Amino acid sequence: MIEHADIDTELIPILDKVSDPEIPVLTILDMGVVRYAKLVDDLVFIKITPTYSGCPAMDVIADDITTAFKKAGYKVNIDLILTPAWTTDWISEEGRDALEKYGIAPPLEADADKEALLGNKRIVKCTNCGSHNTKLVSQFGSTACKALFQCEDCQEPFDYFKCLK
Amino acid sequence: MNTNLYNYLLGIADNSLILGQRLGELCGHGPSLETDIALTNISLDLFGQVRSYYQYAAKVAGDNRDEDTIAMMRPEREYVSVLLVEQPNTDFGYVIARQFLFDVYHYMFLTELQNSKDETLAAIAKKSIKEVSYHVRFSSDWIKRLGDGTEESHKRIQNAINDLWTYTDELFHQTEADKEMINEGVGVDTSKLKEQYYKHISEVLNEATLVVPDLKYFQKGGKQGMHTEHMGYILAELQYMQRAYPNMSW
Repeated sequence: MIEHADIDTELIPILDKVSDPEIPVLTILDMGVVRYAKLVDDLVFIKITPTYSGCPAMDVIADDITTAFKKAGYKVNIDLILTPAWTTDWISEEGRDALEKYGIAPPLEADADKEALLGNKRIVKCTNCGSHNTKLVSQFGSTACKALFQCEDCQEPFDYFKCLK
Repeated sequence: MNTNLYNYLLGIADNSLILGQRLGELCGHGPSLETDIALTNISLDLFGQVRSYYQYAAKVAGDNRDEDTIAMMRPEREYVSVLLVEQPNTDFGYVIARQFLFDVYHYMFLTELQNSKDETLAAIAKKSIKEVSYHVRFSSDWIKRLGDGTEESHKRIQNAINDLWTYTDELFHQTEADKEMINEGVGVDTSKLKEQYYKHISEVLNEATLVVPDLKYFQKGGKQGMHTEHMGYILAELQYMQRAYPNMSW
């Protein structure tokens, strides 16, 4: 089920300038962490949701949103919401492409993800050479949302963005 | 203040806080880079989750307490975590055994907590269970690798399971606050999870060629704030900064 975010069109250009501090090629809109943005008079109400509970990027994201809206002449009120819980389904198509170009393999569907993370099937595509002959190095990677893989053809180690549903 | 709800929240959060702290000790000290990163990632997930619980507890308390004072400034007797989570990182076998015995419980608990009549608790559970499903997969996987691995790894993980088994029963003990919250449809009736817990644990241990301990006597006390000798050392490290520099921030 895809839950659509409720965002005023006129606010999109401002939100689109705020990037994810840990994956700078992605904007916070690509990541799907902005769930609500409405302009009421000169006050902007925003609701963001964390990717992972302990994600240290959330405070930075909130600060960056405040700064971006201040620059554009708005006051902003930011709420952190937990429900509905974030899912990797909310990463946009543009976001998935950007991830792959950046060297992070985008999330597979839940069943395939499980097979990949248990090391049962070689299905994660190498971001360097495109081969599927890749192996799991570690279920957990440099941040909570990623696992570490290595390509057996070109030997490149790369991150895989884990499916979260 | 709703004292029962407040105490119920601490009962959930303190387990993850103390386990998260234990896992945090492994930062830079894991047996390999991958396990080091995995265990500290799990620690971070747990800390993220406890933040949500303590923020909610602060709201319920409605006085000058905030998430940090609740997490950091209580004396030992006011922490109501189970004895299992404070047990030390004796070796990698103990780290994995402790994690596995907790993760299986944690996953079952959060599955039920998603149906809580308390909307905030249900929301935290729905968020957390996605993360905990990775934890339980990680620790179960390692139980099998160590149990069905070398003679040495088999021996060590069996020792750890045998030693920690005595702390499992306490997971299902219910405090007065627990009982009140269960009656109100807010809390999880853990007594209904017990049979399924031991059944699942036994299945994984069997698959890992390990022996399920046969024990009649179990340790308890953590939920009443009576901890093992390890707790004081954990709190000394956990609380040092806030005690030495009250209200510090960075």
